[in-house]
Amino acid sequence: MQNQWLYIGLFFVIGIIVPVVPLVFARLVAPRKPNPIKQSTYECGIETVGESWVQFKAQYYVFALVFLVFDVESVFLFPWALTLKQLPLFVVLEGVLFIGILVAGLVYAWRKGMLEWV
Amino acid sequence: MTAEQIIFLLFAALVLVSALMVVIVRNLLHAALWLVVSLFGVAVLYAILQANFLAVVQVVVYIGAIAILFIFAVMLTRREAMEKGRQTRNNWWIPAMLGLLILTGLVVLIFNFPNVEQTAAALPVGLDTLQALGTALVSPDAYVLPFEVASVLMLAALVGAVYVATVDKK
Amino acid sequence: MTFWNNPINFIGYWLNSILTGWHLPAAIASVLLYVIGIIVLILFAMTLDIGLVWVERKVVARFQDRLGPNRIGPFGLIQPIADIIKMVIKEDITPDGADKIIYNIAPVLAATSVIVLWAILPLASTIYGVDLNVGLLFIVAAGALGTLAIIMAGWSSNNKYALLGAFRMVSNMISYEIPMVIILLIPTILANTMSVRGITQAQSGMWFAILSPLALLIFLISAIAELGRSPFDLNEAESEIVAGFHIEYTGMKFGWFYAGELLHAFTFGGFIAILFFGGYGGFFGLEKLAALAWLNIPFVQALVFIAKAMFGYWVIMWIKYSVPRIRIDHMLAFNWKFLVPLSLVVLVNTAILNKILIVLPNWLYVLGMFASNIVIGYVTVEILRSYGRNQRKAEKLPDSHAQTQEQTV
Repeated sequence: MQNQWLYIGLFFVIGIIVPVVPLVFARLVAPRKPNPIKQSTYECGIETVGESWVQFKAQYYVFALVFLVFDVESVFLFPWALTLKQLPLFVVLEGVLFIGILVAGLVYAWRKGMLEWV
Repeated sequence: MTAEQIIFLLFAALVLVSALMVVIVRNLLHAALWLVVSLFGVAVLYAILQANFLAVVQVVVYIGAIAILFIFAVMLTRREAMEKGRQTRNNWWIPAMLGLLILTGLVVLIFNFPNVEQTAAALPVGLDTLQALGTALVSPDAYVLPFEVASVLMLAALVGAVYVATVDKK
Repeated sequence: MTFWNNPINFIGYWLNSILTGWHLPAAIASVLLYVIGIIVLILFAMTLDIGLVWVERKVVARFQDRLGPNRIGPFGLIQPIADIIKMVIKEDITPDGADKIIYNIAPVLAATSVIVLWAILPLASTIYGVDLNVGLLFIVAAGALGTLAIIMAGWSSNNKYALLGAFRMVSNMISYEIPMVIILLIPTILANTMSVRGITQAQSGMWFAILSPLALLIFLISAIAELGRSPFDLNEAESEIVAGFHIEYTGMKFGWFYAGELLHAFTFGGFIAILFFGGYGGFFGLEKLAALAWLNIPFVQALVFIAKAMFGYWVIMWIKYSVPRIRIDHMLAFNWKFLVPLSLVVLVNTAILNKILIVLPNWLYVLGMFASNIVIGYVTVEILRSYGRNQRKAEKLPDSHAQTQEQTV
């Protein structure tokens, strides 16, 4: 078991090195002639208007919150799913109850208009 | 010093250092990213303990959901709202001494536990930890009630979040 | 264990004996072998990635009724190499005001989050990285790293279009992660294991695509949304926000975003093949016949897997080049109001029916699961149709009133 994570750890490290190698090579080979026009922010070829910070829509945050709750729920369901073969039917119904309570939450969020994009 | 201990010390140091950096850096987004590094270090510690499920769940839930939520919250603030004041308080040595005192107390307490320097017993051969976790979560004489209560807790969190967001809109 | 049965372990033992013959300690020898194996696997994935650039350009050309690259090399096969050389020698322009550290980490993280998926992808019954017993959640975890890379890229570019693109892309990805994770529960229930290799082996009797076709459809849709490909390519809405979160990236950094996306698409094609089409095996038990025993050779299995993954990738490309882009509010409404409830219904249905029908003979079980999916699909379509009918009626009513009034006057 330990060797599995060692393998994955080495894979991750080499997976970081492999993209870096062409980048380093490109840094050695490519020309570097910075000038202020090249380095200015791109806005479809015209000068930038206003500052480059946009008002963050609060709706993104609400979606992230709902996503968080459902993510944790689905993670809880994985150990449950692994026991269904061995244990009797009421275990399935326990999981259905779990899902049902959270579906109630989804319906509540839906009715309150939290899932709109306006 | 076995290799396992060296790796553990390395990643524990990573967790502590990045947690410290979260509090020290001035740029809010950098702080959020140092938090991600810290959480990733904790996931590696879980992997060293052979808790596969917890390691992956740590990355999926903490880094994939909670860290993203933090980053979104950071982005809700304007870029100018970065800490520009002093980083330390006037009487910083009082909390520092208190912290050191508590640390010493904890270390003394832990080393006075019986059998604290014994290595943990190996898991029984053939024990499928995932199945054991699943069975524990759903069997009536184990943790099925906390399992269902957890869903009620998450429902409460969802309802609370929706309510707070609605009040803010109006 | 011969070379044909178990190539990786065979070569591993041979190299190990050589290394210990040179008096290397066993632990370091095994680490070295791991590193060699990992490098071979990653190089294979990268070569495949280069080939995918060619495949993508030829296929999009044919869909658009033109020829595609055909100048460089026979049938334009050397085109991707020319692309790579071009990207490497292009100047690397960093916009001023960009957050340099995060700006440089983002493409590397995006590429790494895709490469690391190949550690658990089984190419054959004996050619794989590791057989992690939480393989399915590992896929989701790698996706979380990819999401982080996109936010980093968008924020550090100091460009409002990049930021907009990154926000939309991240909302897209996290929303569609929910149906994907819920659908990943279905192969877990059917195969009683979370390991990717275990799921492949559990399909030697019957593909999960037949046991649960709705799960396949929902997974396909969520996978396309996770990849950020059309029709969910809000981040690269070329006609709207000009390349989204990777506007300010040039040269090889952009190359890694692009190549990473293609490899990610192919890897997800591979996962669709593994989770629903039997992966490297899945010949409905035919491979047990003596005449077809050659189907068990790992290299043949690897070819079968790559063929199935290519088919999955082709379906993803087909959808990309045929369907127009979906608006962000439609996309999020489609996910939260349709896909999430539907995937929960399919999950509950699979869990209950799997438990009840497992005692019946096999063909009845398969028929029952398949029929239940058809019933759910039919009911869903009926609900959608009645909803559409109500919407149309609600919009028509004021107009028809106005028309009759005009006629009488």
